[in-house]
This record gives sequence, structure tokens and C-alpha cells, in this order.
Amino acid sequence: MTPAAAPADAVPVLTRPRRTVVLPALVFAALALVPAGAFALSAGYLLDLFTRVMIFAIAALSVDLLIGYAALVTFGQAAFVGIGAYAVGILASHGLTDVVVALPVALLASGLFALVTGFVCLRTKGVYFIMITLAFGQMAFFTASSLAPYGGDDGLTVQERNTVLGLPLFEQPLVFYYVVLVALLVVYLLFRALVASRFGRVLRGAKDNALRMTTLGFQVYRFQLAAYVIAGMAGGLAGFLLANATEFVSPAYMSWQRSGELIIMVLLGGLGTLHGAIVGAAAFLLLEEWLSALTEHWKMIFGPLLVLVVVFVRGGLIGIGAALARAAGRRGPRG
Amino acid sequence: MVRARRGSAVLFTCRELLAPTVRRDGQVCDPPRNRLSPRGGGRDATIAAVPMSTTLLVVQVLNGLQLGVLLFLIAAGLTLVFGVMDFINLAHGVQYMLGAYLAVAFYGLTGSFLLALVLALAAALLFGLLLEAAVFRHLYGRDHLDHVIATFGIILFLNSAVKYVWGAAPLSLPVPEALTGSIVLAPGILYPVWRLVIIGSGLAVALLLYVLVSWTRIGMLVRAGATNAEMVSALGVDIRRLFTLVFGFGAMLAGFAGIMIAPILSVEPGMGDTILILAFVVIVIGGIGSIRGAFVAALLIGLVDTLGRSFAVDLLRLVMSSSTARTVGPALASMLIYLLMAVVLYVRPTGLFPAKGR
Repeated sequence: MTPAAAPADAVPVLTRPRRTVVLPALVFAALALVPAGAFALSAGYLLDLFTRVMIFAIAALSVDLLIGYAALVTFGQAAFVGIGAYAVGILASHGLTDVVVALPVALLASGLFALVTGFVCLRTKGVYFIMITLAFGQMAFFTASSLAPYGGDDGLTVQERNTVLGLPLFEQPLVFYYVVLVALLVVYLLFRALVASRFGRVLRGAKDNALRMTTLGFQVYRFQLAAYVIAGMAGGLAGFLLANATEFVSPAYMSWQRSGELIIMVLLGGLGTLHGAIVGAAAFLLLEEWLSALTEHWKMIFGPLLVLVVVFVRGGLIGIGAALARAAGRRGPRG
Repeated sequence: MVRARRGSAVLFTCRELLAPTVRRDGQVCDPPRNRLSPRGGGRDATIAAVPMSTTLLVVQVLNGLQLGVLLFLIAAGLTLVFGVMDFINLAHGVQYMLGAYLAVAFYGLTGSFLLALVLALAAALLFGLLLEAAVFRHLYGRDHLDHVIATFGIILFLNSAVKYVWGAAPLSLPVPEALTGSIVLAPGILYPVWRLVIIGSGLAVALLLYVLVSWTRIGMLVRAGATNAEMVSALGVDIRRLFTLVFGFGAMLAGFAGIMIAPILSVEPGMGDTILILAFVVIVIGGIGSIRGAFVAALLIGLVDTLGRSFAVDLLRLVMSSSTARTVGPALASMLIYLLMAVVLYVRPTGLFPAKGR
């Protein structure tokens, strides 16, 4: 994953292998130790909170794959999360509660939705792409709201978490926590490998200059569509886990605000770094948790904070870390 | 929402006027199922036989126009800011919300709608300029994503700040005394005066904008800026001042939309979020940077959304069973405009009237 002879215009992350190993390792080590901390402090809610953080981190990773590596700014990623969640909810309401059924259905449904919508969306560029993904996200939202047999606007309660081959493993918070952690790790490693592969290099090449990649003989559209479907399935996985974590499914999972939050998480952490998405999701949700405990009007603090981060910090939290780490004023990962 | 009263013409109740009701969480509600088709019963039988009576059609077209001009007022500023400065301003919706709140506040102080209108407009303009100077000025030329995150932060702040200052409960603004009630458009067709005032003022603003943009020096610079801002700057125009001007004007238009709609819609936090997305749909369909496109697309969206919500169930009933139509209809009506946008972008990937000469 560390090509020594990276092309001159490759994302600089790849040319600095040490940082891309150390920081993610630290992040995952910290996540693995959260349950120990939760028990030491006898703060059981921490387990729930960080389960949530990791689930959103998976969704944020899928957003980072598209925005950070393919310059496909998607404003409808929450739809895939919702589809994954609804797969769990709808199957459960018909008595199908095993992972063996629910997970493949969640992945296939979200992947299929990505394939069909991506086919249309990828015809457009830039801002128009943002808006057309938003349009499909809203269509999914309104479809979910109209599913009268499955709760409609009010959403759907999932009676019990999915079983694993008949065993109620997900019911134990600690087991479920590590299941989510493993899922996050798998998605992260998969994306890391994907980004470093030939496939990833074509995507990044098209991000910088789609015309050049086309003239080099790559059918950019196909690569982008594949990336869109992969990201959609990762979103579906996040939805699958979210439905299990909250034992509730609602159209609100697909709202455009949720899609916006996913983008913010990625930008907050640092775009085009992958582990930045995890850090961003954690920062966003922990800040939300902490500030909302502080005051009911926490958004009055959170909003200006976002503005300050954008105006004064480039490259998100990872960017700050990188800037601090490198005393010499070289360019951050965003470039 | 429109309620058909049996035996007389269509009447309205004050708080139920805008076709899509906007819920607290910012989502557009489905219209109550079947609200336009009377349920059984002797006297209704004649109406049921002609579900799309002319009266209803006329009224709904007018409602659609009203939503359309409202969207235009918001989209005009948005498309200019987007087209001229290449700046994605998600905070445009909260400026609309702020206009409504300011109108309520100034009305409470002065007791006169006209005074409230003038003061709120001035305050909206001032606030827009302040926001531009404090935040947006630092972000021109940056990545679009930076715009998104910063203006999203402003949305969070203002939605919350409004709740902090005025409370979470919806506020209301009375319709000006002289403009209450309805007038008879044609025998059997009554329509509320205030809605006609909204349509009229929206069309007036459209005309004003047309004159400004097509026939004045400022308008020429704005058009040139939308096509190629760098070139305009290179020709010696103070592009920063133009930006500030356009931004302030856009904020004032959004505020104006908020003020005009306040008498018929509940004024509450988050009311700008839904309208913002609709306005984005409008400018994307119209072509970013094009006022003409925004106008056409706004009326199109207003009409499609309103008529879709009114007649989707009845139309679907022609091709499917009544109960299926009642389930599918409202969902289809809600997503109709997004469907329209997807189709338009599929056929014309840069909107109907692309302004950029690329």
C-alpha cells in the first residue's frame, strides 16, 4: 500500500506511509479500549455512545471514499444508511431476524439503489451532482415516509436485534460493540486497499483531471459507478448496524440533514484520509453529546465552532495534527 | 392546506394556506389523504363525479403560482450568489426565516405591518451584509465544501438562536387589516386577498430584477460576473463590492419572502430548511446563475408540487385501485419535484438556462 514511486500528482498521503499507519492504529487501539474505560468508570452509556460513533464512522468512511478520493460530492448518502436500516426493520417485521438473511439483503438493496441512481447521477458534474444525489435521497426519504405497513412517518420499532445463526449475540452490548468495531476495521482496511490499488489510482486521477484519464483510455464513468456502489453498500452496512443498535428504524435516518452531517463529519476530521472520517465522526458525535449536556441551545456553540474550523483550519482535525507534527510549513493533506 | 367546504366555494382558514405544510422537523408533510375527494354521502356525490372541478383547478393553480413566486424570491438571491461568487450559501434559508421573525418582532413593537415590513427589510439587509463581512468574505475562492460546512454552521446557530430568543413555539403575524378576507375572482371562486398580494409582489420583484439585470450598469456587471467573474475583475471592476452588493440584495429578497409568507404560515425555527432545499432544486433546474431560469423553474416547481399534491391520488385512481392510489399518491406527490429535477438533469445536465459559458 505504499508505492515508493507514486506519481507526482498523487494524494500526498500515500507518499507519507508512516503517518497513515500510526494514526489509524492509535484510533483503533483507542476504540478497542473504550469498553475497558467504560467499565472502569462504570459508565455504561459510553459503550452505546461509541457504538454509535463507530456506526456513523462507517457511513462517514463511505462519504470520504466518494468525496475525498473521487471528488463525487454526494448529498444523499443517508439514503443508503436508511435502506440498510429498513432492510433490517422490514425483514424483522416478517419474522426474519437472522444476520444471514438481513445483512445480505441490506447490502444488496443499498448496492442496487446505488447502481440505479449512480447510473443517472454520474452523468452530471460538480454542483449538479450534489443536487441530483440530494434528489434521490429525498425520493428515498419520501418513499420510506409512505411505507404505511412499516410505520410510515413514525418509523418502525425493531422488536429484537438480529440473531447470528440463531444465537442472540447482538443483545449483549459488549459483543455488539466489538462486532461494530470489527465491521469498521474491515471497511477501513478494504477502503485503504481500494484507494491504494489501481482502481483507486484511476479514481484519484479522474478526481484531478477526468479528461486526462479518459484520454489515457480509462472509462472513468465505470470506475466512478463502481465506487458509488461500493460506498452505497458501506452505507447500507452502517444502516444495518444502526437498526440493530437503536432497535428502531425511521425515515429521519434518510433526511438530507443527516446526509449533510455525514459530510461535515468527514470535513471535520480531514477529507481524503479515511481515518479522518473516523476521527470526524467521533468528534462530531462526542461534541454533540457533550455540548447538549451542557446546554439545551448547544447548537449556538456548535454552529460557530464549525465556522471557525472552516475559516481558520484547513484539512480538518487531521490537518491540525499534521500541521503540528510538521514544524516546517509544508502543505496539509488537503493541498 | 386547502379545505373544500361543501355547498359554497372554496374557503381557507388562515393558518392552513400554503399547499405543502411544513412540519417542525423541517420536512414537508403529506397532505391528508383524500382531502380533496369527499367521502361518500348524498350531497357530495355530484362533487365526487367531477373530482377535478374547474374551481378547484383554478384555486390550486393560483396556490401553485403563490408557492412559485415565493420560491423565486428566495432562489433569485441564491442563484445570483451562486452564479456570481461561485458560493454555495446554505444559510440562505435561515435568512428567509429571520425575515419572518423580524417581521413578527417589529410588528409587535410598532403595531403596523407596513412599518414592520420596512424595518424588517432593512434589518435583513443589514444582517446579510454583516454575515458577508464576518464570515463569507473569508471563504470566496475556497472549495465548495468549505462553503457547505461554514454555512451549515450558520444554519445550526441561527435556528438555535431564534429558538433561544423567541422560543420554540410557532409565532404568527396577522394579515394586514385592509388585505384580509377573500375576493370573488369569478362566480363561485373565492380567493384570499393576501395570497394575491404575494403573487403580485413576487411578480413585481421579478420585473424589477429583470429591469435591474438587463438594463442597468450594475445588472450588466452581475451578468458578466455570472459568466466570468475573473474577467470582470481584470477589467477594473471592484468585484468585492459587487459581491457584497449582490449578497446583501439576495439576503433582503429572502427576508422579503419570509415577511410576506409570515401572515399565512407559522413562524418557527427550522422553517427555512425545507424552503432552502426547494430553492436549490429551483436554481439547479433553472441553471445556476440564471435569473430567468430561476423564474421559470420556480413557477414550474410551485405548480407541479401544488397540483401534484392536490390531484395525485385522483389521477392515480384512474389507473389503480382506490386504496393503492391513496397509499402511493401522497408519496409520489412529495417526490414529484425531485423526480422532475432528476429528469431535467438527466436530459440537460446543466439545467434549463445555463448561464455559465462553459
